[in-house]
Amino acid sequence: MTFSSIPVGNVKAIEKSEGYWASVLRRFSKDKLAIAALIVIILLIAMALLSPWISPQDPYAGRTLRRLRPIGTDGFPLGTDELGRDMLSRLMVGARMSLLMGVTPVLIAFCVGSTIGILAGFVGGKLNTVLMRTVDVFYAFPSVLLAVALSGALGAGLGNALLSLTIVFIPPIARVAEAVTTQVRSRDYVEAARASGASAFTIVRVHVLGNVVGPIFVYATGLISVSMILASGLSFLGLGVRPPEPEWGLMLNTLRTAIYVQPMVAALPGVMIFITSIAFNLFSDGLRSAMDVKS
Amino acid sequence: MSQPIVDVSNLTVVFSGGRVPVKAVNGVDLKIAAGDAVALLGESGSGKSVTLRALMRLLPEKTARIEADRMTVAGQTVLDLPKQDLTRYRGGIVSMIFQEPALALDPVYTLGDQIAETVVRHEGVSFSEGRKRALDLFERVRIPSPQRRLEAYPHEMSGGMRQRAMIALALACQPKVLLADEPTTALDATVQIQILLLLRELQRELGLAIIFVTHDIGAAVEIADRIAVMYAGRIVEEGPVRTLIREPRHPYTIGLLKSRAHGAMAKGGRLETIPGSPPDLAALPPGCAFAPRCTFVADSCATIQPPVVQISPDHAVRCLQTDATQNAAPKLIEQD
Repeated sequence: MTFSSIPVGNVKAIEKSEGYWASVLRRFSKDKLAIAALIVIILLIAMALLSPWISPQDPYAGRTLRRLRPIGTDGFPLGTDELGRDMLSRLMVGARMSLLMGVTPVLIAFCVGSTIGILAGFVGGKLNTVLMRTVDVFYAFPSVLLAVALSGALGAGLGNALLSLTIVFIPPIARVAEAVTTQVRSRDYVEAARASGASAFTIVRVHVLGNVVGPIFVYATGLISVSMILASGLSFLGLGVRPPEPEWGLMLNTLRTAIYVQPMVAALPGVMIFITSIAFNLFSDGLRSAMDVKS
Repeated sequence: MSQPIVDVSNLTVVFSGGRVPVKAVNGVDLKIAAGDAVALLGESGSGKSVTLRALMRLLPEKTARIEADRMTVAGQTVLDLPKQDLTRYRGGIVSMIFQEPALALDPVYTLGDQIAETVVRHEGVSFSEGRKRALDLFERVRIPSPQRRLEAYPHEMSGGMRQRAMIALALACQPKVLLADEPTTALDATVQIQILLLLRELQRELGLAIIFVTHDIGAAVEIADRIAVMYAGRIVEEGPVRTLIREPRHPYTIGLLKSRAHGAMAKGGRLETIPGSPPDLAALPPGCAFAPRCTFVADSCATIQPPVVQISPDHAVRCLQTDATQNAAPKLIEQD
C-alpha cells in the first residue's frame, strides 16, 4: 500500500502553533513574582561573575584601624568587617563561592539522582527495591546532619564540601524521579509506544525522559536554596570554604563575634543568603506553574 | 479462506500474578483473511483485550503465560519472535489503537513529531521524510488543515481528532493488521460513527485486516464483516455479521441481542437482561461457563465443555443445545 498525497484545499498560510517550551515561556513571563525572582538571580550571577572588576575595594586587604565601621561609612557603603575589610567587596566576591556551592551539588545530584530514579522506576522489580532502599538509607538522615557528618569524615575543603552536598541531594531527587517514572510507565502512551514497536531504550529516551525531566527539574531548582543554606552552614562550621576566602556562610560565622557591636553589618551575609534562596524558591514555583500544561 | 493473515489456534493466557492463577483466555481459535474486519464482542473481563495484547505480546512477561498451538500473523510465529524482530513486528505488521486517545498520545510531543519519530525508527528514513509521511497520514485520516494540526499537542485537539491522529500513528508504518481496542468507547455518539466509517474506509483502501474489540453490538455491526462473541475467555459463537444478528444460536448471543433497547423491544416493554454475572476466571466450571446463567441449560451443560458445532460452513457455535436455540432469536425490526 502506498500513501499518495490527497490534494488538500489551499492551505496557504501554514501558521505554526507554538511549541511546548514557547508556551511555558509565555506563561512564565506573565508571572510577575517569578520574573522578579529571575531578575534577582540574573543580577546576583552578574555580580558574582563581574565581582573582580566591579568591587570597589580589595576584599582581602584589611586594616585594624578601620574595623567594624557601620553601614554608610565614607568609602565603605556597607561598613567593614572584624578585620577592617570592605563588606561590599567581600559580599560581591563571596557570591561566587556561595552560588557555586548552591548550584553545583544540585546539578550533579540532578544528573545522578534522575538516572538512579528513572532506572529504578522503569525497570521495577528487584532493581527498584535494591536502588530505592539504598537511597532510603541516606534519606533517613536529616540533611544537615548528613552533610556535616560526610564533610567531617571526608575532611574540610571545598571539594569535599561539594561532594558531601551532592550526596545529600541525590536521595530526594532519586525519589522524585522514581515516583514520576513509575507513574509515566503505566500510562497508555507508553503501551502505545510499545505497540508501535519501540524498544525499551527508545521508550525511556523519548517518552519517559520527555515527561519526567520537567517535574524533576522544578524540584531540583527548589533545592538550590537549600544547598546554599547547607553550604553556608558547612562554611560556618569550618568544613567548607577556608578563610580568608569570602563566602557568605563563613562571613556570617566570623562576624558573629561582632553581633553586639555592629549588628547591621553582621547580619548582611545572612540577608544575602536569604535574598538568594527566596529568589530561587520563587523562580522554581513560577516554573512549576508555567510547566503545568493543563492550566 | 485461502491464506489467513491472522491464524490463532487454541490460545490460552493465564495470569499468575495474584494468589490464584486467572485464566483470562481459554482456547481461542481465530482465523482472519487479509482485508477482513472481525469484531470481538463481549462484556468486561471476557478476554477480548487480553487476546489482542497476546497477539502483540504486550502482556507483562513475568505474570502472563501465553500458550497456543499456533499463532501466526502474516506468516510470523508470534510467540517465537526474538526481541529485535518483535520491535519490527509491532507497528510494522500489527499495530494497535486504544480506547482513550488522550492517554495514548504522549502529551509533551507534537503529533507530527510522534508520527515522524515512529517512521524514522522503523524505516530509518530522515526526519523530514517522516514528517512528510505524517502529513500524508493526516490527510488520509481526514484531519482538516493537516499541516497545522501536525504542530498541535494532543491536549489541543478534540476527542475525535485525537482518535484520528491515533489511527494515523497506528498506520504510520503500513501495518497489515490493525488491532482496535474499543476505539470508540470514549467518544461521543456522533463522533463514534465518524471514526467507524473512517476505519471501514481505510480498511477497504489499504486492504487492512482489522480486529475490533468492543462491547457495543451496534459498533460491531457497523465495522465488521464477521463477529466473534467472547464469553469467559472463549469464542462462543462466530459468523458473518448478518447471520449472527439474524440467526444467533448461542444463548449468550441471543441474550445480548435481547438486552438491546434498539430494534428488539416493544414500546412500554421491559428491557430484557441476562441474569447473573460473569464467572470468576480463577475458578471456571468444568462445563460450559455460561451454563449458570443460561435459559436453555440442561444437565450435561454443567459437566461437558461444549465442542464447536458448525451450523453452516462459516457459522460456528460452542453450545450443546443448538437445537433448542434454533428459533429463539429475537425478532429484529427490518431496517433495510
